[in-house]
Amino acid sequence: MNTEIKNEDANNARRNFLRKSLITGSVLAVGAIGLEKVFSGEKADDGKKVKVLTADGKVLETSTSNLKELKHTPVTDAESRKGIPGKKFVMVIDLAKCDGCGHCTVECNKMHHIPKSKEWIKVIEMQDSPKEAPYWFVKPCFHCDNPPCTKVCPVDATFKREDGIVAIDNDRCIGCRFCMAACPYSARIFNWSEPLYVEYPKKSAKDTTVKETSCCGGSGCDADSVESTTAPAERFFESKKGCVEKCDFCPHMARENKLPACVTGCGMDAIYFGDENEDAVTNKSGQTVSLSQLLEDRAAYRYLEELGTKPRVYYLPPYNRQYAKPDMKGEKS
Amino acid sequence: MEDKNHQVANQVEAELLSTIGQKYKNEKIWIGVLTLISLFGVGAWIYQLKQGLGVTGMRDYVSWGLYIALLFFFVGISLVGALISSVLRFTGTKWRYPLIRIAEAVTLSAILFAGVMPVLDMGHPERLYFLVTHGRIQSPILWDVLAIATYFTGSLIFFYLPLVPDLALMRDKLTGISKFRVWLNKFMAINWTGTPRQHKLLKRGMAIISIVVLPCAISVHTISAWLIALTMRTGWSTSLMGPYFVFGALMAGAAMIILVMANIRYGYHLQHYIGHKHFNYLGMLLLGLTAFYLYLNINKYGVPAFVGEKAEVEYLQDLMFGHFAFAFWFVIIAGLIIPIIILSIGKLRNQIRWVVIAAILVMGGAIINRYLIVIPNMLHPLVPIQHAIPGYATYSPTWVEWAIGAAGFSGLTLLIILLFKAFPVITIWETMEGVEHDGQEVIGLEYMDNPKLAPRYENYEG
Repeated sequence: MNTEIKNEDANNARRNFLRKSLITGSVLAVGAIGLEKVFSGEKADDGKKVKVLTADGKVLETSTSNLKELKHTPVTDAESRKGIPGKKFVMVIDLAKCDGCGHCTVECNKMHHIPKSKEWIKVIEMQDSPKEAPYWFVKPCFHCDNPPCTKVCPVDATFKREDGIVAIDNDRCIGCRFCMAACPYSARIFNWSEPLYVEYPKKSAKDTTVKETSCCGGSGCDADSVESTTAPAERFFESKKGCVEKCDFCPHMARENKLPACVTGCGMDAIYFGDENEDAVTNKSGQTVSLSQLLEDRAAYRYLEELGTKPRVYYLPPYNRQYAKPDMKGEKS
Repeated sequence: MEDKNHQVANQVEAELLSTIGQKYKNEKIWIGVLTLISLFGVGAWIYQLKQGLGVTGMRDYVSWGLYIALLFFFVGISLVGALISSVLRFTGTKWRYPLIRIAEAVTLSAILFAGVMPVLDMGHPERLYFLVTHGRIQSPILWDVLAIATYFTGSLIFFYLPLVPDLALMRDKLTGISKFRVWLNKFMAINWTGTPRQHKLLKRGMAIISIVVLPCAISVHTISAWLIALTMRTGWSTSLMGPYFVFGALMAGAAMIILVMANIRYGYHLQHYIGHKHFNYLGMLLLGLTAFYLYLNINKYGVPAFVGEKAEVEYLQDLMFGHFAFAFWFVIIAGLIIPIIILSIGKLRNQIRWVVIAAILVMGGAIINRYLIVIPNMLHPLVPIQHAIPGYATYSPTWVEWAIGAAGFSGLTLLIILLFKAFPVITIWETMEGVEHDGQEVIGLEYMDNPKLAPRYENYEG
């Protein structure tokens, strides 16, 4: 259905511009004559011209032979490696709000179609010393600015994107697991066997009520608010046997200016996500706050700062907790 | 005197050539059993390729297991070639001649299997060529690949160069061997006739390669150590790791060559070439290396234990008094302290039996220690392990790993055996040179007059 102008004379800028704009625009403008050619995939030049409409309202005319079917890949692999231009993604986790319900993990698994046995975002109990209060600690991948994992990757399968995301190319990964040894936060997971692709059922109304009672004291955990995309925009992030995977900061959502699954899954509004360049982070309720202000007001810190990895995830200390403290049961297991 | 030397030289030539094609004790049983174990390991690997690494005991916390431990072990014993051929050469040690080729054969076989282990450990071995097409030089894995490949090439040259005059001798003197072997000997001897110019070239080549191979060997072991030392993990991230690996490797290599030598001495009836003296001297070498390795261990574990950093203490508690206590103290006591005691006693060191016992203990300790270097650290990550899926927070190798590991050892042994079926165990021309320069006693020819020890003569016309 999607078409692309293949004009040898057009310069690159125009081609890029057209590729983006024509995906939606052209179909309307290309008449029945043009569509036949597009669907048949032939390139015979019968001299017929079609008019295409660009997003900014320009009408262009081109030969039907210049029309080519575009693969259904919203984001190219090169773009996936580069990242979203102009962005610097950042996450802030408010430990005073996290009550350890684990919905971030549930929604993350749903978003990425991974089974319960995998946890891209983990919730663990922490107690820094015996007399200090225990608290819940949410741990996604920190997408470090000085990532120890990408340094050791021998084939550039895990890499740092311009938008701050540390991503994994599972068509490239050779499965040496050096990144797992190098990551001090145990953020990485290996597909020891053929990974399960789980199709989570849409929540019915009944389920939602069950869910509400089971989480966050009725603060409004609504699973349906989390959108599940069919195919990730970043194609090579999919789970594959013999490859490493981890939290990816939901770049396919970010491309649509939407929040990651863990953020929209957190009924306690404990997780903020946003763009450092815009100095703004947003939580599930849609409260958008100034990043720098939040970090300053709440004396934010980064986990194991002394390692020098420069994480992109900040924590707000569990001061004035809004939940019951954990009982540190997990310590034994 | 001149006459006697000539006579000795003739006898040396005859005896050492006779090891080729000579059947030693229980040869068929050995080769059969080792081949079976190796084939079973290959089968296990095919099974692992089909099923994925899930058939191993490794999981997300212990993401490196037996394979990486064995990589470190095989890399370790491969250092013996550089030790015997290079270090002893520079120090002008006269008793080294009978050891040279054995050491090089062990090195060559060990470094080959060291290269195989990481491939077995890969999730996608079919993507191995990505290291060339997409390689990134800042990754220590790439350094390791380059170092192992370089060291393998160097060892191959180091094995081959001193073999050339012997091959020429085989070409000229050996009869009753297959046509292919005749052709192979001729081909590999590359027209060696023993002219002074050829000798000069050979000597120069060997001098160069023996210098080049030493930094190669040290870099292979150091880089292998860096695979774990360059991470942010408790117990791994220590600047001691490089020397710890190098000297652990020298120690394991010295133990390995004692064991191989003992087998060859009896198997090939070379009692008067590989004598008590060699075991005594190598025993002394092993004593020194074991004592130094004990010293390194005291540094590696004692320093962080005194400092008492929280994560280190938890890890050391587990290692010394927890899960791994038995293995740890076995390594320290049986693998280091007892061998040191045995080898310190002159009377015991003079008996081959005791030197071999010490070497077996050191060897066992060295293998277990590689396991201890890798696994306990992985069970102590910086972020505490909580709510782990059952089986994810422990590690014990599965039958697949044991089978592949055993195949590594048997393949290594098999390769050494096969090398000595094709080539003389002891370098003939260097031994004869040694006789000319230093006299027969100095180079290790003992009991020459004892006819009982004389080997059988096969395939030989003087």
